[in-house]
Amino acid sequence: MSEGSIEARVQRSLYAARRWHPAEIMFWLLAVAAFFLLPRQLLILNEIAILGLFAVSLDLILGYAGIVSLGHAAFFGFGAYAAGLFAKHASADPLAGLAVGMGAAGLLGLLTSPLILRGSDLTRLMVTLGVALILGELANSLGWLTGGADGLQGIMMGSVLGLFEFDIFGKVAYLYSLAVLFVLFVLARRIVGSPFGLSLRAIRDNPLRASASGVPLHWRLVAVYTLAAAYAGAAGALLAQTTQFVSLDVLAFHRSADLMLVLIIGGAGYLYGGLIGAVAFKLLQDVIASFTPQYWMFWIGLFLVLFVLGGRELIHGGIKAVVGRVARLGRRSPT
Amino acid sequence: MLTILFDGVAYGMILFVLACGLSVTMGLMNFINLAHGAFAMFGGYVTVLAMQRLGLPFLWALPAAFLVAAAAGLVLERLVYRPMYAKSHLDQVMFSIGLVFMAVAGADYLMGSSQQFVQLPAWLSGRFDLAGIGVGRYRLFIILLCGALAFAMQWGFTRTRFGSRLRAAVDDARVARGLGIPVNRLFALTFAFGSGLAGLGGALGIELMGLDPTFSLKFMIYFLIVVTVGGTSTISGPFFAAMLLGVADVAGKYLVPQLGAFIIYALMVVLLITRPHGLFARGRA
Repeated sequence: MSEGSIEARVQRSLYAARRWHPAEIMFWLLAVAAFFLLPRQLLILNEIAILGLFAVSLDLILGYAGIVSLGHAAFFGFGAYAAGLFAKHASADPLAGLAVGMGAAGLLGLLTSPLILRGSDLTRLMVTLGVALILGELANSLGWLTGGADGLQGIMMGSVLGLFEFDIFGKVAYLYSLAVLFVLFVLARRIVGSPFGLSLRAIRDNPLRASASGVPLHWRLVAVYTLAAAYAGAAGALLAQTTQFVSLDVLAFHRSADLMLVLIIGGAGYLYGGLIGAVAFKLLQDVIASFTPQYWMFWIGLFLVLFVLGGRELIHGGIKAVVGRVARLGRRSPT
Repeated sequence: MLTILFDGVAYGMILFVLACGLSVTMGLMNFINLAHGAFAMFGGYVTVLAMQRLGLPFLWALPAAFLVAAAAGLVLERLVYRPMYAKSHLDQVMFSIGLVFMAVAGADYLMGSSQQFVQLPAWLSGRFDLAGIGVGRYRLFIILLCGALAFAMQWGFTRTRFGSRLRAAVDDARVARGLGIPVNRLFALTFAFGSGLAGLGGALGIELMGLDPTFSLKFMIYFLIVVTVGGTSTISGPFFAAMLLGVADVAGKYLVPQLGAFIIYALMVVLLITRPHGLFARGRA
């Protein structure tokens, strides 16, 4: 470890972390293969892809920057409403709607980011929760715009790129969501593998030390919060577009709480955690809902409690072993 | 106008009784217990059951709610909460949200999802006029009872040996432990007491807030507002925060009902931005 300056070593380790591992390629091939292998499950696959994108968004701020949030649904819902309203009143083009949803949610994230710069974890939890609740109340009371409790109806989507019409089986919906997820995921992967991502982790581990070594704490947090908000907005926009409906439920508290569970299952701090968690969560929800539709909340709660009390080590032990091996491979290969 | 103020104060009193246990446990162990509302709901259901099945009078059902919720708090603290203290805030939040979900679904399963009611004794129902203000008897009863409780707690917190140990432990648990204060036992007692108070608050609040399985989720945010705005190091902080919240909420609902809960959320966010360490925070490092 003597050769080269620290910069060179950091650069090398970043390059190594950025390289695609065969397991990652397998993961995405499986996601595409699911389209052909499970033609009856495309609607739920679409939901998984959207939830996965949403979870990646939370992972960006929680796993990498250490910002706890109980109100991430605010951006999800805002993006969903923005995309829905755009499709209804301006243009039916999905990609333009996606951009609008992302932009709107990102702007909201930028505007609310001063709120999370101050105070302790508790204050952050409260403020993020408060923002989501305020938005929920707003969406409820601005009935002329959002449809209130009835939801935003009458969204007609155009075809993706002018070529692919949305169908009722969710074929185009799943591929569209998966493509958006993939593009945004690659972008996120590049971002967390950059010096910027490294500085975020430094902030998460020790804010005082990070700022002492010259990391502009506030601006980095604002930047990642805005980015994560835009990602959540994209997930919301995808939901609005593929279901052609937006209800108050997109802003509900349980959505933020479920999202936390997704990250807890999958593990925070590496981007695949959100995706694996999304798959596991949806399957779990499906199984539980099939034998006890009314009380599935109880079982979700039980899972949360058991996970935190110690079950997590059991499940994550296997994942960690794999990840550890990947990291070791990365370290060994450049020498 | 004054009636609104009066109702708001009564509402705030209940919020205080519900939330003050949370504020002490949060200050003492730095533990974010979102499941506090579940204890309140538990107390409420105990009251309902005690009155309907056992035929206890309302006044006897209240201490029963307190004791049962406190016992539940003691047991749960011992069994499942204690391993959580060393974990991160995020884990604590997830853990207690899980408990809330279980409580909500469990109450739904056991008691049904409908709203529960209690029959108040005759001398507590109805209202009378006092100098032009409509005074609900039950609300007056709440104000007197909770006011007395608040005074007793303030006295206990500042004047007794238990209170001074508690304050020492809240300020710096490690040093307090080094001085030979049994922080864990102190905490278990406080947790049980706080849970009991929550149960009592839940019982008192059936008439004003309603009681159904979503209670603990619906009012979780209220408790948290009280605690974050009031700070965790005093009794008076949460007290005034609860008063403020109660009056603001009731006034908002009476005067501009179309805004709904918007007012209190906005109030909370504004307060948290301007005073991130609580309204009455002492300078704590």
